[in-house]
Amino acid sequence: MTPKRRRLWLLIGSLGTLGVAAALVLSALNDNLVFFYSPTQVAEKSLGPDRRFRLGGLVEAGSVQKDGQVVRFTVTDTNKTIAVVYRGILPDLFREGQGVIAEGALGSDGVFAAREVLAKHDENYMPPEVAKAIKEAGQWKEDKK
Amino acid sequence: MIPELGHFALILALAVALVQGTLPLIGASRNDDRLMALGRTAALTQAFLVILAFGALTQAYVTSDFSVANVVANSHSAKPLLYKISGVWGNHEGSMLLWALILALFGAAVAVFGAGLPDTLRSRVLAIQALIGVGFLAFLLFTSNPFERVFPAPADGNGLNPLLQDPGLAFHPPLLYLGYVGFSVTYAFAVAALLEGRVDAAWARWVRPWTLAAWCFLTLGIALGSWWAYYILGWGGFWFWDPVENASLMPWLAGTALLHSAIVVEKRDALKSWTVLLAILAFSLSLLGTFLVRSGVLTSVHAFAQDPARGLYILGFLLTVTGGGLALYAWRAPQLQGGGLFQPVSREGGLILNNLLLCTLTVTVLLGTLYPLFLDLLTGDKVSVGPPFFNATFVPLCAPLFAALCVGPFLGWKRAELWPALMRLRVAFIVAVAAALVAMTTIDSRSTLAALAFGFGVWLIVGSLWALADRLKQGTLRTTPRATLGMVIAHASLGIVVLGSVATSAWHTEVMQTMKPGDRISFAGYAVQLDKIEQVQGPNYVAERATLNVTVGGKPYTVLQPERRLFTVQRRQVAETAIQTNFLRDFYATLGEGDPSQGWVIRLYLNPLAPWIWLGAAFMAFGGFVSLSDRRLRIGAPRSSKTRRPTPQPAE
Repeated sequence: MTPKRRRLWLLIGSLGTLGVAAALVLSALNDNLVFFYSPTQVAEKSLGPDRRFRLGGLVEAGSVQKDGQVVRFTVTDTNKTIAVVYRGILPDLFREGQGVIAEGALGSDGVFAAREVLAKHDENYMPPEVAKAIKEAGQWKEDKK
Repeated sequence: MIPELGHFALILALAVALVQGTLPLIGASRNDDRLMALGRTAALTQAFLVILAFGALTQAYVTSDFSVANVVANSHSAKPLLYKISGVWGNHEGSMLLWALILALFGAAVAVFGAGLPDTLRSRVLAIQALIGVGFLAFLLFTSNPFERVFPAPADGNGLNPLLQDPGLAFHPPLLYLGYVGFSVTYAFAVAALLEGRVDAAWARWVRPWTLAAWCFLTLGIALGSWWAYYILGWGGFWFWDPVENASLMPWLAGTALLHSAIVVEKRDALKSWTVLLAILAFSLSLLGTFLVRSGVLTSVHAFAQDPARGLYILGFLLTVTGGGLALYAWRAPQLQGGGLFQPVSREGGLILNNLLLCTLTVTVLLGTLYPLFLDLLTGDKVSVGPPFFNATFVPLCAPLFAALCVGPFLGWKRAELWPALMRLRVAFIVAVAAALVAMTTIDSRSTLAALAFGFGVWLIVGSLWALADRLKQGTLRTTPRATLGMVIAHASLGIVVLGSVATSAWHTEVMQTMKPGDRISFAGYAVQLDKIEQVQGPNYVAERATLNVTVGGKPYTVLQPERRLFTVQRRQVAETAIQTNFLRDFYATLGEGDPSQGWVIRLYLNPLAPWIWLGAAFMAFGGFVSLSDRRLRIGAPRSSKTRRPTPQPAE
């Protein structure tokens, strides 16, 4: 086999693999992208119950109610609020007044049913999306950490 | 006083690194022996100075010197000694210092063990290594000085993040960094080879042990991190496709590819420029990982509070290293003409397929990790790419890799026949199909894909061992080269990891229940009773501890004691899971919040084969170390290199 033909084989092989990979990636990206919305954006968008997304904001102070395994709380971006219901053990860093990201979908009653509430390693950490959402709602205080 | 000494040592180290990064390079191009000899001395001096700096910081932590800002922010006098020490690298400044330390140590190792290398190559490698060191030392000194003082010194510190106060995570960063930084040596060798304009079998024989060592440490580091996430985050999962996890997976994938392509360079003198390219990319991906973790550009469950200015510096450094390496590659690589010819169906062909698939996997992970960033820049939309994406792309792309993995070792170099190789594997194939059928019919009939993946795991184990059995027909275990043994162990271990991951993800059972003391539930054939909830006092925390009495058929089986720890300094709660394992499955319990009137939320998991994931990874690294102990690869092996040009290796 000449080097030229070897290179041809290699090229065909690489293109084939990359093609398959690209097809997989594109179809997977179509189905599995999870968008991040703030409560304000959710209010603007009217999202259906089958649309999975991430909701981010601050856990409103005084809003957390626990009933056995079911936790209800309100997420706010200081402009709009959304009620959230979650069944499960909350991450250790979940606190009132702190940033939170919840993944799930809106129920028909307008309550966001969270399947996952994300934990953070560091209590000073503000998820960048949450910070941006609150900034856009016009309520950001720079030294609030 | 001692922190100032550490700071001063760090400044000196930067100065030494600057010398080491320039003069030997000039010496190599002018063939000036004295300038080249400088590289060796400088590398040792630099390592000594960075050890001094690291020792100074460790001393400040161990003695709880709260006049140092870094110690105040991350330590506390009541902390156990282990976490005082691990606190050194449990923060940004200290972990960057650890990075610089490992970098300098690797440089010193090249200087010590590299006596057999051609002088010019060695000085160039040391110089490149030093230039990387300059980047990190300057980063430390100008943006993240770990020795900064505070005045007046507070009475006590803020304590280490409780999640990090764990033996698993104490050793996770050093191992991971040994992996990341290990690839810097490979990078230095690649750039040096480009400068020399020559890549030969001796070069590959040098690069391979370094790659292998880095790869082993990275494997252990990733496994330790995943294990930690498994038992501390309390979600029962072991891999979350989180950006930070992906950041360590990408260099691992590229490093695995490099490991295999270096074999072709060594044995067959082919694939040279590709191997050099991979070496550059593997280290670039290591740096990218650091950048992603340190800059906070991506939302991650593992995110720490970050400073964008530092992110920008690392990004600039990343672009310099990658861009510089690739530019040099574009300029010089055409001179690296490959040698050995081969047919598509051959050992070389198999290794190319391996590289092709591993690189595709790397690109997939890279795309999934960076896509949110691109979309944010382009449209402002915030998205996250989660496990479903990777399950739909990464997992199917693994299938051809696993299928081909067992066949490769049965193919000869240069030219081979596919069919006889496949026929020799027929037993492995039959066993694997049988395993998949058994999994589908008896374990869980719903998930055909899981059963298929389970079959792949069995195929990897049996197929790899078959290669060994085939070898043993001609010789004994003693005469089998260690490199072959290592390969068999590592390949079979991959099968163990696959079995563990598949069984845990697809066939676990879980239950979540609110319980009061005295309550009893039945779970997967076990009866679980909550005996009591009590308060216990730890060294720097108070905990609520549940005692779960597990019985099976009325007989006592085990007692699980999950805790919720409240770290008094930080006022933070951390759940401590209780895991009982018999190496075939984990009985896993976590304690949620609760009170006597409502009861406590208890979550139980039964994870079949879960321990195999980390055992497999540990075996895989062990395989790497076995291969590393092969006589041919023993550090300093290429004896002939004192004479300028080692003769090309004949085909074996």
